[in-house]
Amino acid sequence: MGAAGGCDVIEFLGEVAAWFADPGTWSGRDGIPARLVEHLWISGVSLAASVGVGLPLGLLIGHTGRGAAAVVAIANVGRAVPSLGLMGLAFILLLPLGLGVGPVPTIVALTALGIPPIVVNAYVGLREVDRDLVEAARGMGMRERDVLRQVEIPIALPVILAGVRTSAVQIVATATLAAAIGGGTLGQIIYIGFNVGDQVRIFGAAVVVAALSIATEIGFAALQRAGTSPGLRGRPYVPTEPAQVGREAGEPMNP
Amino acid sequence: MTMGPVDLGWIVDNLDRIGGLLLEHLVLTGIAIGIGLVISFALALLIRNRPRWYGPVISATGILYAIPSLALFALLTPLTGLGTVLTAEIALVSYTLLILTRNMVEGLRAVPADAIEAANGMGYTAVQRLLRVELPLALPIIVAGIRIATVTTVGLVTVTALIGLGGLGYLIVTIGTSRGSFGLTATLTGVVLAVGVAAIADVALLWLQRALTPWARRGAAT
Repeated sequence: MGAAGGCDVIEFLGEVAAWFADPGTWSGRDGIPARLVEHLWISGVSLAASVGVGLPLGLLIGHTGRGAAAVVAIANVGRAVPSLGLMGLAFILLLPLGLGVGPVPTIVALTALGIPPIVVNAYVGLREVDRDLVEAARGMGMRERDVLRQVEIPIALPVILAGVRTSAVQIVATATLAAAIGGGTLGQIIYIGFNVGDQVRIFGAAVVVAALSIATEIGFAALQRAGTSPGLRGRPYVPTEPAQVGREAGEPMNP
Repeated sequence: MTMGPVDLGWIVDNLDRIGGLLLEHLVLTGIAIGIGLVISFALALLIRNRPRWYGPVISATGILYAIPSLALFALLTPLTGLGTVLTAEIALVSYTLLILTRNMVEGLRAVPADAIEAANGMGYTAVQRLLRVELPLALPIIVAGIRIATVTTVGLVTVTALIGLGGLGYLIVTIGTSRGSFGLTATLTGVVLAVGVAAIADVALLWLQRALTPWARRGAAT
């Protein structure tokens, strides 16, 4: 369909609509509902695990200021290791344990993928809190735990939530790749389409995946906005901006 | 010859093939960054002249960035074909736009007003001022964006293996998860090479930026 004319496009979209209207698309193991539910629970478990590991770590390093080098290392490794590589490694390493097939390698890989943005943002968020405020809280006799809970976390909340959002969007997007290691998810429908050369199914499933990903991005943007003080809110939708640690010397910060 | 679970003999036997996949990976990455730079530069200039466009352009590229690569490849298939380089590149270029455009705009905005006034006072035309004053001063922030985009793209190119192209993803998934005893070796080779390419590109770009902006280094030393 290299040089598709207007008629071809309409015809193709008609076929896609027919695919969506087909009851077979909505039933069975490779139907949209079953794969969507699988996609969502795998992503949810992975995000929960990433937050469970990443948030305490980021808050600890951010609060104490010790271990900043570890945050830089986590950020760099997180960015350089390809997500598909994480999937492949998790699959192959868990295969001898009898866990290669099924959702486990996907969850392990997605959790590993989701941790860096949460750690980096929690760390950067806390470090950006005005030191005078923290000192004032200490001077008022607050315990360290209360300084963290009542002063640092509320002020850093938008940045912390931005990390959770980046992580959630990456996890939901990358869960699609689970199909490559037999982990199912909505990617499986696209993958089957590629294998049998069914362009209608490929396109239809991709529309569902794209809609889910955009919904995640916008949904978590709304959550982040809700966690931001009303006076500080900007435009309704601002794309995720991962916090950067260890900017190079001589490089000006954001104007 | 093996080293633990890693089969070095397999790597030696397949050196040509690995080299070919590595080269393909580099080409796919290079094209994406090159075209991405041209489009982002055009978008940055548009935003400079019409600042109102900043929000919509960044939001659109942000939404694009949220779509998973496999889905974007799939959405392009009816237009540009199943598993073609064109399909892969349109998607890969799309992903570079958010980071590259945002950093270019930020970089140009960070140019001190004094420098612009001085250039105007010296009689520079708008184009001369852009090329000789604004771009050089914006370079550190622009290169920071190129570095992030490059490292991200090196990772994303691995996914093109799933639509039948080569690149290091072919080692990671197609060979890696086949039932051979060399599966782990292939996957590890692919991952290590991908991380290596990303790291070398990152350091090389930083080095290039330092070489191109000697004044920044002098400034930092004082």
